[in-house]
Amino acid sequence: MHSKVTNHADAAIQFNLDEPRVDWHDKTLWFIREKRDLASHAIPEWEQLREYASQIKNNVLSNLSQYLQEFEKNAIANGVIVHWAADAAEHNQIVHEILKKHKVDRMVKSKSMLTEECGLNEHLEHNGIEVIDTDLGERIVQLAKEPPSHIVLPCIHWKKEEIGELFHEHLGTDKGASDPKYLTAAAREHLRETFLTRRVALTGVNFAVAETGEFVVSTNEGNADMGAHLADVHIACMGIEKIIPKQEHLSVFLRLLARSATGQPITTYSSHFKKPQPHQEMHLVLVDNGRSVHLGKDDFRNSLKCIRCAACMNTCPVYRRSGGHSYHNAVAGPIGSILTPNFDMRANKDLPFASTLCGSCSNVCPVKIDIHDQLYKWRQVLMKEGLGPTAKNASMKMMGWVLSKPALYDLSGKAARLVLKYSPFVVSNKMNPWYKQREMPAPPKESFKEWYKKNRSN
Amino acid sequence: MRVALFIPCYVDQFYPNVAIATLELLEKHGCEVTYPLKQTCCGQPMANSGYEHEAEGCSQLFAENFAGYDYIVCPSGSCTLHIKHHLHTEKNAPEEAHIRKTVYELCEFMVDVLKVDDIKASFPHKVGMHQSCHGQRGLNLSQMSELNAEPFSKPGSLLAMVKDVELIKLDRIDECCGFGGTFCVAEEAVSAKMGKDRVADHVRHEAEYITGADMSCLMHMEGILKRQNSKTKIIHIAEILNSD
Repeated sequence: MHSKVTNHADAAIQFNLDEPRVDWHDKTLWFIREKRDLASHAIPEWEQLREYASQIKNNVLSNLSQYLQEFEKNAIANGVIVHWAADAAEHNQIVHEILKKHKVDRMVKSKSMLTEECGLNEHLEHNGIEVIDTDLGERIVQLAKEPPSHIVLPCIHWKKEEIGELFHEHLGTDKGASDPKYLTAAAREHLRETFLTRRVALTGVNFAVAETGEFVVSTNEGNADMGAHLADVHIACMGIEKIIPKQEHLSVFLRLLARSATGQPITTYSSHFKKPQPHQEMHLVLVDNGRSVHLGKDDFRNSLKCIRCAACMNTCPVYRRSGGHSYHNAVAGPIGSILTPNFDMRANKDLPFASTLCGSCSNVCPVKIDIHDQLYKWRQVLMKEGLGPTAKNASMKMMGWVLSKPALYDLSGKAARLVLKYSPFVVSNKMNPWYKQREMPAPPKESFKEWYKKNRSN
Repeated sequence: MRVALFIPCYVDQFYPNVAIATLELLEKHGCEVTYPLKQTCCGQPMANSGYEHEAEGCSQLFAENFAGYDYIVCPSGSCTLHIKHHLHTEKNAPEEAHIRKTVYELCEFMVDVLKVDDIKASFPHKVGMHQSCHGQRGLNLSQMSELNAEPFSKPGSLLAMVKDVELIKLDRIDECCGFGGTFCVAEEAVSAKMGKDRVADHVRHEAEYITGADMSCLMHMEGILKRQNSKTKIIHIAEILNSD
């Protein structure tokens, strides 16, 4: 829904046209992976924490309906107004109704990937409501009329000079100014006025605690707090998988989240929202949007454990060299590639193939999602569904057949070596994607099998 | 000890020297080695592309060829991993379970089964070690940089026994080279860029050779090195361990 190019490989070709920029993007994200390594390796019990987190989330997924009901009961008792949304459209409608009820046509929003997933901004703008994103990175991509390219660092694909240019145009900063401190101060001034005049603030939710009915929002900029505390109405939106059973479990998740995301020991603000302030209204929207169907798929359900830290994106050698927009979804990278086919298999059939299956994603995942195994399993599902290109279907069938017949294999191997030796132009040309940036292997005079028959006897 | 030699199809066809080095190395260390002549491919190219269902013929052939040995040894972590995890045919014969249990990548076989503690080899060169992902993260050949855990390396411990070899340090010790099977053509732009970046790390640290336990990654990096007219060469670890 976001990008014009909806095929990862094609978008990656575009991204790679500017190689120095790819290098810069790769290094920027690798730097964050290194910070994550330093932070996680400094804690002796790190791997134990990952295991705890994984098991807590497994328990949540196996008892989700009970935890949700417990959470709802406690939240209502705390004075929160709880809404249930079956899908994105209902979620957007619920938020819109709240705004209409309060006769409000302007709202501030802190970062929420769920609202990106639901297309809330577009829906509200279509209905004449102005949404200001208050997370600095999100504000930057909003000004640029772009979707975020990363779930934690939405404008990681922008250089500071380009942000300076954008701010000059929209916020009137000095032309050519690119000092991050100066630009941040300008954004802060611009947002402060917004915070003071908006009556409704929307936030995301990182964790919702079933036993207390509270929810926790983690930010580094304090923008969620600023919005929620100043507004008359606070709307928090969450996917139903964000539940954790007990408050004490935060001691596991908050330690894992920031270290995995940015290498910080903890996010600057971990704000607990439990009940509305006097004269304030607090709404909570619980969104399914495909999650309960997803939960029913044995091979794929545990991707619902995700806490949206983005460590898998930062470590992914493909993501770093293709950029977040190449995944054409709100959640990019390896986790996006296994989540999005649950929503729409056809539209996202390219994504499970945007990986070498190197497995680094699964190793950094703080809740131990078997990401690369799920990528492999999605490939099987997609091709079995007949979503592969016709030429690929045919060539794989042919390959499977030839390779199951030893005599045919020997013959075609020999033919391949002969072609490479005597007619290399057949493969060494632009039609062969291997040859574009790589030489073909030099053909040996005989195969190992031929050598073996001459030199050994079975 | 009856060992069946499992040679990946592209090694058989394009890198016979790697297979010969593997065979000789195993023989030197006292194994009775047989190369089942009717072997072709493990089926991974189809399976990783989402066509496990088209690999049934390959899997059945593999199960027929490799039944009845004490061990199966292969100079490729990736192909070994495929057999270990994905060899399941419709027949579901009892020998398949035995095959999955007894298939080893060459380095892990030498370290864990043969318990080799002396290698008569010499290789007086600067060498960069490429950690192929399927061997490293799939078969646990070496510790993974993402984990908070004690470092170790099975290929590294073998190379340490080779006389005069100088292992260089890398900036990124276990980043993927971008080969990825059919990924190397389906996602050519990213694959080639990953390969260029990986090769550059080795070249920057003055590697004369890049070695590893998987010829597929090395073939991909060799293609890039040759295109760049680089002096740095690739060599499979079996060839170093077998060098006199």
